[in-house]
Amino acid sequence: MSSTFDQVATIIAETCDIPRDTITPESHAIDDLGIDSLDFLDIAFAIDKAFGIKLPLEKWTQEVNDGKATTEQYFVLKNLSARIDELVAAKGAGA
Amino acid sequence: MQLEYFQLIDRILDLNIDEKTIQVEAQVPQHNTIFEGHFPGYPIMPGVLLIESMAQTSGWLLLALMKFERMPFLAAVKEAKMRGFVSPGELLTVQASILHEGSGYAMTEAKVSVGGKLRSNATITFSHVPFPNQDLRGHMDAVARRIGLPQAVVP
Repeated sequence: MSSTFDQVATIIAETCDIPRDTITPESHAIDDLGIDSLDFLDIAFAIDKAFGIKLPLEKWTQEVNDGKATTEQYFVLKNLSARIDELVAAKGAGA
Repeated sequence: MQLEYFQLIDRILDLNIDEKTIQVEAQVPQHNTIFEGHFPGYPIMPGVLLIESMAQTSGWLLLALMKFERMPFLAAVKEAKMRGFVSPGELLTVQASILHEGSGYAMTEAKVSVGGKLRSNATITFSHVPFPNQDLRGHMDAVARRIGLPQAVVP
């Protein structure tokens, strides 16, 4: 079974036509991969479907805008993968 | 259809909150200046307006599902296909359903039919935000009443 990061990287590569081998756990989706907010909706859609979750994009954006979080916490891919794992675990715990 | 006001939907025929589907009708006017240019001697409804009719139909569905607390705005159109011409005077049936409800965005699948025959379809993405002001909210309420949106879904 592939890791969460591998699944996310594959989604990003296929959704945004970015070479898979340029995507690393340290890649920042916005700053390094150049993914804009509209393209990120397609990624969020694919992640939501693949993991059966709902990425809280609005909450994250609000936290960044309010200075309570940095974009790195949510959009560096190893961190994004960790957030996804948390959401999957929370969903499993609530089921 | 009031093309001069960009209001393409005339009447909501069915709104199913549980199934998250909507069906509306839209009467293409027999005469409009748009047809003088699109095209001279061969008037057809512009494809972008068919897409807009699907976007507006999807928008009413989303407004109802979000209890008129948020306003959807068109963000992306995918797989839009114009499968047949639409002529002046034809009655469109437009249907939409929810493909995905995300955080701050939603995706719908919509189609336009005439007489039961598919003329256009698309997958549409919307971003949605709290209503930016009361003027817009009031306007949407008024249009909702005019086109027969069930008032039970308008708080």
